[in-house]
Amino acid sequence: MADVQTPSETETDEQPEPQADPADARQPAWWRVSKRVLGYSLLLFFAFIFIFPFMLAIITSFKTQPEATQAPLDLIPSPATMRAWAEEIFGSGQVNFPRWTFNSFFITFIVTVGRILLDSMAGYALARLKFPGRQIVFAVIVSTLAIPAIVLAIPRFIVLGTLGMLNSYSGMAVPLAVDAFGIFLMKQFFESIPREMEEAAKVDGATVFQTFWRVVLPLAAPGLIALTILSFQGAWNEFLHYLIAAPADQSLRTLTVGLALLRGSQGQGLDFPVLMGASILTTVPVAIIFFVFQRYFIQGVAATGVKG
Amino acid sequence: MNELRRRIGQSEALSGWAFTAPVLIGLAVFLLFPIFMALYISFTDWNGISPPFQAELIGLQNYKDLLVNPGISRLDFAISVRNNLYYVLGVVPLQTSISFVLAVIVNQKFLRGKSFFRSAYYFPSITSSVAISLIFLFLFTQNGAVNKFLSVFIPGDLDVNWLFNANGVIHNALGVIGIETAPGFLATHGFLGQSWWEWLAGPSVALLSIMILATWTTIGTLMLIFLAGLQNIPVELEEASQIDGASRLQHFFRVTLPLMKPTLFFVLTVGIIGSWQVFDQVFVISKGAPQKTTITLAYLVYREGFTNFSMGRATAVAFILFVIIVIFTLVQRRFVNPDEV
Repeated sequence: MADVQTPSETETDEQPEPQADPADARQPAWWRVSKRVLGYSLLLFFAFIFIFPFMLAIITSFKTQPEATQAPLDLIPSPATMRAWAEEIFGSGQVNFPRWTFNSFFITFIVTVGRILLDSMAGYALARLKFPGRQIVFAVIVSTLAIPAIVLAIPRFIVLGTLGMLNSYSGMAVPLAVDAFGIFLMKQFFESIPREMEEAAKVDGATVFQTFWRVVLPLAAPGLIALTILSFQGAWNEFLHYLIAAPADQSLRTLTVGLALLRGSQGQGLDFPVLMGASILTTVPVAIIFFVFQRYFIQGVAATGVKG
Repeated sequence: MNELRRRIGQSEALSGWAFTAPVLIGLAVFLLFPIFMALYISFTDWNGISPPFQAELIGLQNYKDLLVNPGISRLDFAISVRNNLYYVLGVVPLQTSISFVLAVIVNQKFLRGKSFFRSAYYFPSITSSVAISLIFLFLFTQNGAVNKFLSVFIPGDLDVNWLFNANGVIHNALGVIGIETAPGFLATHGFLGQSWWEWLAGPSVALLSIMILATWTTIGTLMLIFLAGLQNIPVELEEASQIDGASRLQHFFRVTLPLMKPTLFFVLTVGIIGSWQVFDQVFVISKGAPQKTTITLAYLVYREGFTNFSMGRATAVAFILFVIIVIFTLVQRRFVNPDEV
């Protein structure tokens, strides 16, 4: 797997290289060597466990259906076939993968744009603006983080039905665009950047919104990137909400819902080359974003753990 | 007039509310109102089709059907609680310990290629649960990759039918030492309509496969959280330990571990909340089969609501699940108190 590093990653995350470790030098040589051998073996073993399933899925998508079931571990498909990709996934197969892919992208886009706007505004207000009721608003937002998604499934179905939003893009996207975690993340982020620029803008007579839009948001780029990535990943991978918000309309299926229902409809005779190919297709967009922006992913997770 | 507009624009009170109003309305409509609505629905016999407020109020009937009245609802609920409990008790310790060990190793100073390992481990965590479940479905088929791979190490042809095997692993283990049937008391007595022998079955082999899948996908995230915690420990403390003549191991157990307590608390909380809610994997892989041994509470909510059209009972299950999660989180807090370092 490619080990992409952004230039600044080496400076911030990596510790200086080994040699200068006095405690290590005091240990006997056999211990130092066996410690390294053991450490690397364990890490490589787990790296294999985590990556191999994806490689096997890619390989399987080029196999024929009988070969996929009879020789699942063969690393070179023989005969190799493009059937799964050319005919079923991108061709005119029985299921509409291109449509599912479009839906996934479209909804993910709306959710992500919505979260960037709503979460950054609310996060900024909670971090900086003194308004009556701020504490209560924050408490309410944080407490919604504790509500399990499955508890909301049925009442959301009712609310969407009442508002006439069932089986529509808006019903699939809007509830996900309101997201307490993103607000929390942006509040934390805004609190970490210095106030001076805002004060200056205020003295110059800018309105709060102008200050936010022209001064604060540009400074908040790293936070916004982290939020964008998390939103993209969350909306792209979401399953339960889409399943419930658009139960009847086939043309509204996302990749996740489409795939899960396709598996259900195939029963016992599963077409593994197609299912593996489609799983890889579902994985690729998030994987690309991960490898390009992994520093932000990792910082995002680290921030939740340390500050949360 | 312009002056007034400027005044309004500069008022933090007005802007504060204006900035938060969209999310507050959204949260109210799609989160807070639904929660109260769910509570109401759980006291009705709503079928999901007729207008919800015309459904008949039946008091505590749904809760009684799940917890008190003998019948299929109570039995299914008991089975789901058993499955889910084994799931949580298996997955949470497993994923927490493996990710902690990996974080400690990745944090070692001698290690090169840190970012490679970090990315490789984290990658499964960011991918779609549906896609991952399908890949595992393929790996765990009867003549699938897992069996073929294990046959290399274990003599004989291994053909565990992972995803269709309903035998509880504790029952299997007891079978090995010759206990095939329930001792009298365990068979004749029970709880919620399920005999103690059935409660003690352990997770089925099928559920175990889903547990392996869940552990596999979560380790990366938890490892990163632990790693961030480890890197937050000031280097000075290690130097101080060295000056005091403490060994590496002493430093690890006396200094590092206690300082990791808040992180451990966070990881356990996230793990417990997440694993009680397992749904996607069950939906894709097994839909509760074989013999209901992979039905979890979240899946029961979905099944009751959207395939059996008993929305009232489904929301009652959802609320009980909510209460279970809260209780587990609080109990865990008593054991790992993050405040006393």
